[in-house]
Amino acid sequence: MSQSQISGSQALMRAFLAEGVETIFGYPGGAIMPVYDALYDFHDKMRHILVRHEQGAVHAAQGYSRVTGKTGVVIATSGPGATNVITGVADAMIDSTPMVVVCGQVVASLLATDAFQETDVVGITQPITKWSYQIRSAAEIPWAVARAFYIAREGRPGPVVLDLTKNAQIELMNFHYEPCTFIRSFIPTPPIDEQVVSDAAALINQAKKPFALVGQGVILGNAENELLAMLEKAQIPAAWTLLGLSAMPTDHPLNKGMLGMHGNYGCNIKTNECDVLIAIGMRFDDRVTSKLATYAKQAKIIHFDIDIAEINKNVKADVAVLGNSKETIAAVTKQLQPARHDEWISSFDSYAKIEYDEVIKEEIDPSTPDIKMGEVISKVSEATGHKAICVTDVGQNQMMGARYFRFSQTRSMVTSGGLGTMGFGLPAAIGAKIGAPHRTVCLFCGDGGIQMTIQELGTILQENIGVKIIVLNNHFLGMVRQWQEMFFDERYSFTNMKNPDFVAVAKAYGINGKCVSTHEELDHAIAEMVSNDDAYLLEVRIEPKGMVLPMVPAGADITDVRLK
Amino acid sequence: MEKTLYTVIVFSENRPGLLNQVSIIFSRRQLNIESLTVSASSIEGVHKFTITVYTDEEEIDKVVKQIEKRIDVLKAYYYTDDEVIYQEVALYKVDTESILESDEIEQLVRKYNARFLEITRTFSVIEMTGHTDEIKELYYALDKFGVKQYVRSGRIAITKSTSELLSKFLSDREEEAKG
Ligand SMILES: Cc1ncc(C[n+]2csc(CCOP(=O)(O)OP(=O)(O)O)c2C)c(N)n1
Repeated sequence: MSQSQISGSQALMRAFLAEGVETIFGYPGGAIMPVYDALYDFHDKMRHILVRHEQGAVHAAQGYSRVTGKTGVVIATSGPGATNVITGVADAMIDSTPMVVVCGQVVASLLATDAFQETDVVGITQPITKWSYQIRSAAEIPWAVARAFYIAREGRPGPVVLDLTKNAQIELMNFHYEPCTFIRSFIPTPPIDEQVVSDAAALINQAKKPFALVGQGVILGNAENELLAMLEKAQIPAAWTLLGLSAMPTDHPLNKGMLGMHGNYGCNIKTNECDVLIAIGMRFDDRVTSKLATYAKQAKIIHFDIDIAEINKNVKADVAVLGNSKETIAAVTKQLQPARHDEWISSFDSYAKIEYDEVIKEEIDPSTPDIKMGEVISKVSEATGHKAICVTDVGQNQMMGARYFRFSQTRSMVTSGGLGTMGFGLPAAIGAKIGAPHRTVCLFCGDGGIQMTIQELGTILQENIGVKIIVLNNHFLGMVRQWQEMFFDERYSFTNMKNPDFVAVAKAYGINGKCVSTHEELDHAIAEMVSNDDAYLLEVRIEPKGMVLPMVPAGADITDVRLK
Repeated sequence: MEKTLYTVIVFSENRPGLLNQVSIIFSRRQLNIESLTVSASSIEGVHKFTITVYTDEEEIDKVVKQIEKRIDVLKAYYYTDDEVIYQEVALYKVDTESILESDEIEQLVRKYNARFLEITRTFSVIEMTGHTDEIKELYYALDKFGVKQYVRSGRIAITKSTSELLSKFLSDREEEAKG
């Protein structure tokens, strides 16, 4: 044994350091113990967050990544540890979140023998990762880790799983690390086609009623400024997908709100009135488009994306601008003529007014004693000067968070979009606060969703993480109840919930909190909650049968907006 | 939409698990793979998949993009029958006795450009290369005499274009790697 040799586990730590890893979310177990042993020596260089369930580790890594733009890192053991990360990995895949997950695996000689805690992790994760690879010897570690970070980060980001056999963690090897900068079979960012750029610019230049639909691709490409420059130069009104929220300030005059099922009235109506639809870094999800057969048929469609597989997947593009959004938007903007579309832009106003009068006004300032979700979200947003990070769980709380939280800076919305994973919120908020320690992080969750990962209160206790947890307690699985009311004859099949005393649960974890049920109590509790940077749990007893409106029923025309 | 038989050709790095990655892209869309041939390609270290599937152009275009998106896939293409030269190989086992009884089998073998691969005292094996329908035709013709075993391979195909697309891709990538 030569002096310079180190174990595979130490190599993994050094590789992490070389990739700039500062935070690891994880949970130990038999098949990953050598890695944890190595971590013991590196604890002053990298912060390890011990979660309470591996699903929590992945969601926390997602929250961390969303607010920082960095690649989230997760460590788990084999078998049940690995299968517990699956939900989060699938979530990161569909929401394009860069992440590297290292799972322990049985020693290579025991593979395929149904050994203790052996699972075919590569087989399970292949369809839900960008790349999934089994490392069977220590010598492969630097190569595989370098590749993993490169793949997770470059192009359209996503999760990578490394399945690390125990022998590879223990074996000795000569460590030499070279970051990956090239994989011949992987072209992360398609080159920009100048002709296409001119075609796109020409289309926009002759548009009378252009409309931009903005997705997370703008945030992932750090293209917020470029986008703003484009919208302002040609005076293009814009609307946002759920994951595109916060890329532009809520109160910008060209920001017309959110798209889709629970989006803003005018945005959905105008989709079928615009003459040029400019989709940027979004993938025409069915929650955005509703019925494709009648979607934006009158418009010429320009689709900006980094992922060629998104082009023509759901909506046929007349012009497909492939490439990194930061570069493509800038290139097109250069060829745009300054324009005004005053009448078109102000045509959104009448819809905004109808929506305000019929939905928003009562939601944020109720005339009845019951507290409403929109009211809570709007007041919390206000109390943080609209500067906080909004994390949501899934359900009504999520749609209300998206509708009523206001954003003044980018990377401020953390939510599970494509997968709609209940239980995402609490761990994602923890990760977001770790990633952005100087910002206020507000989590809005339902009484259902918080109980899917409520054990992560233990992580908050141990790591002293100052997240603001707002439990919007309607004693129902609210969103499912809403559908039962609207589409299933009010047959409330297994959606009411008997809940624990959430404040007492929080107290047990050393977290301060309050339960409120009147408008005045709410105001006081919010003020108390934001008065310092400590964790806080605010349970709000809200109206039991609130509805998220407007709503476009699944599969209806996108213009079939129901306001009641 | 009209369904056509497409030939999908995939070039990948030689890494384990790729067959699974490619095949789940078809199964997720409930596309039945008609035939599948996997082997080393003429380029060292590069594997080649030849897959045939009935579908429409819109779908095959999406499938091929999804295949190409897999990290270890180098390139994926799809073709219609008029764009490729393709063959399958089939083996038929018949009793040697029925060959000896008349010369009809021998005539069939000649007519279809097939050949005797092996003749033993009890059984004989006929081999034929060709397109699916010809291969099936021969089967039905031979079956009058009793075919004991019959097997048909997946399709292999080469394109009619003069330049090899993958070689160009690889040399371009090599240039880029050098910066
Ligand atoms: C893991 C998971 N299981 C089930 C669902 C289906 N689902 C979507 S919303 C919802 C209700 C959520 O209820 P709650 O957490 O109380 O939030 P609310 O809608 O009341 O805000 C359910 C069950 C889901 N999205 N995720």
